[in-house]
Amino acid sequence: MKEKLLFELNSVYRDNMRIKGYSFGEGEESACIVGATRGNEVQQLYICSRLINIFKQLEHQGKMKYGKSVMVIPTVNSHSMNIGKRFWSTDNTDINRMFPGYSLGETTQRIAAGVFENISSYKFGIQFTSFYMQGDYIPHVRVMQTGFEDIELAKDFGLPYVYRRNARPYDTTTLNYNWQLWETKAFSVYTSATDKIDVVSAREAINAVLSFLNKQGIIQYRCHEGFISQFIEGHSLMNVKSATAGIFIRHADVDSRVKKGDVIAEIMDPYTGETADRVIAPQNGIVFFHVNQPLIYSQTPLFRIIPTDDLV
Amino acid sequence: MIETVASVGLPIDEKLMIQKNRLVPANGLSGNEKRISVVTGTHGDELEGQYVCYELQRRIKENIECLTGIVDVYPAINPLGIDSITRGIPGFDLDMNRIFPGLENGSMPEYIASKIIDDLSGSAAVVDIHASNIFLEEIPQVRINELSRDTLVPLAKLLNVDYIWVHSSATVLESTLAYSLNVIGTPTLVVEMGVGMRITKKYGDQLTDGILALMKELGIWNGEVITPKEPIISEDGEVSFINAGKSGVFVPCVGHWKNVKKDGHIGDILNPLTGEINERIFAPTDGIVFTLREYPIVNEGSLIARILA
Repeated sequence: MKEKLLFELNSVYRDNMRIKGYSFGEGEESACIVGATRGNEVQQLYICSRLINIFKQLEHQGKMKYGKSVMVIPTVNSHSMNIGKRFWSTDNTDINRMFPGYSLGETTQRIAAGVFENISSYKFGIQFTSFYMQGDYIPHVRVMQTGFEDIELAKDFGLPYVYRRNARPYDTTTLNYNWQLWETKAFSVYTSATDKIDVVSAREAINAVLSFLNKQGIIQYRCHEGFISQFIEGHSLMNVKSATAGIFIRHADVDSRVKKGDVIAEIMDPYTGETADRVIAPQNGIVFFHVNQPLIYSQTPLFRIIPTDDLV
Repeated sequence: MIETVASVGLPIDEKLMIQKNRLVPANGLSGNEKRISVVTGTHGDELEGQYVCYELQRRIKENIECLTGIVDVYPAINPLGIDSITRGIPGFDLDMNRIFPGLENGSMPEYIASKIIDDLSGSAAVVDIHASNIFLEEIPQVRINELSRDTLVPLAKLLNVDYIWVHSSATVLESTLAYSLNVIGTPTLVVEMGVGMRITKKYGDQLTDGILALMKELGIWNGEVITPKEPIISEDGEVSFINAGKSGVFVPCVGHWKNVKKDGHIGDILNPLTGEINERIFAPTDGIVFTLREYPIVNEGSLIARILA
């Protein structure tokens, strides 16, 4: 294992922020794995630290394939993580909206540039990231539609779903999008948690990454190869929104099957405790995402459901 | 007449409401009047537009007989942000000016954004007032995407600002309110002036004069107006950026909107722990300082100034 200082930001009031990459193997820059870009992405940090530990063992056992190398960056934003803030500690900008960065620009542009110049030539890029709304997902691989995305390759992670969504203008400054522009095959891996550690879904994500790297001939690793991934697109999911605000009492978990007409949640009046609204499944399906906040606004997308026929 | 443009229930006994006030001619509407919309409060820490909303309405109401069109004033399209001194949308940590044109069936912020676009659409002109942020002070200026230059520069010249910056197009900016409106044919001018969390009355008065001049040109106002000042108009290549090379405390030695000479001293970045100067900042070109750092603490990369050559 080699520890490399990728970027260092000097500070007057705090210790310097050091962004470190841990590389394994020698030769082609085969795969780069990036963890937390936001200060609350604790699960993403945890997964990367576990991966570093595993790669260290694999390297020691001679299971890194000859001529291949992997680098893991646990976090690019330790300053925000250390003070419990999601975005950049001083100006609240999002490092994952600053790629490919600009080395002469503003602070977070410099951070992004300092990272990107070290990782832009990898063949595969894997990012553990999070959604702007607090909620739980079925673990899945997400690819952005850029014209360079590779759905079949994404299935090699063996996660239950490969999800493709259209790139919107504000996505064009994310790491994933810019990796693709620089001809890296880029994938975002979503697990069930962000600001807490979910060991079960972390293990699933770690296994998915190792399985993927094994299939690409980068490491030698025997494991269960996971699922035959189902490909889904953003527009095919059903959004179930709240008509009423209040206390959110959820009855359906992620990955659970729901039938048309099922009461999948209730909205409770926060003063009287009465049921203000029942949230009904509009069709048969599998819960792909649900919010996990106890208090919800009206108009909030509470669930995203993968439609199924489920005649059995 | 106060109207609610969008309303969303909050969890506990409260509604989030996007409101506007509509001023109409004293003798009613014929149906052929043009409409100008003044919108602000997109970022909860930008308050300069609040005074403009007040002052514009005050002047119109005092001379309501001069009003010949419709004026819609939207003082707060991110009201929770203003109330909680939060730049983005509280609870989502989203930049409201990166979610337009919104989505009626989307999340709460996207839903609100779509309602705002629907309501503003069709205005003869929209003035979208921003106030930089807490870090930088800006001279009153209009920023125009080069794609809309031909339509917007003539309108912007009426707004009585000091400066018009025609900047290059960037994909990420396609999610802004102004881009989303301009692309559907509603001319929208982005004004930047002052500094976050403050109100600079002279800038507010200056812009209010300009909005009335624009209204007169559009046939919405027939009262007396000023002759707008002749703004400097420039493109990206004429703007130099100065970013901090070191962290520390920035103390300027030039004034905002003042001329500087190439290699002239702009200020210093100090180290309060060691009592030393971490970096001395010099002008890269002759020009005028139209953006100047207001908030003293800087990291490496923090914007210190922009100079128009």
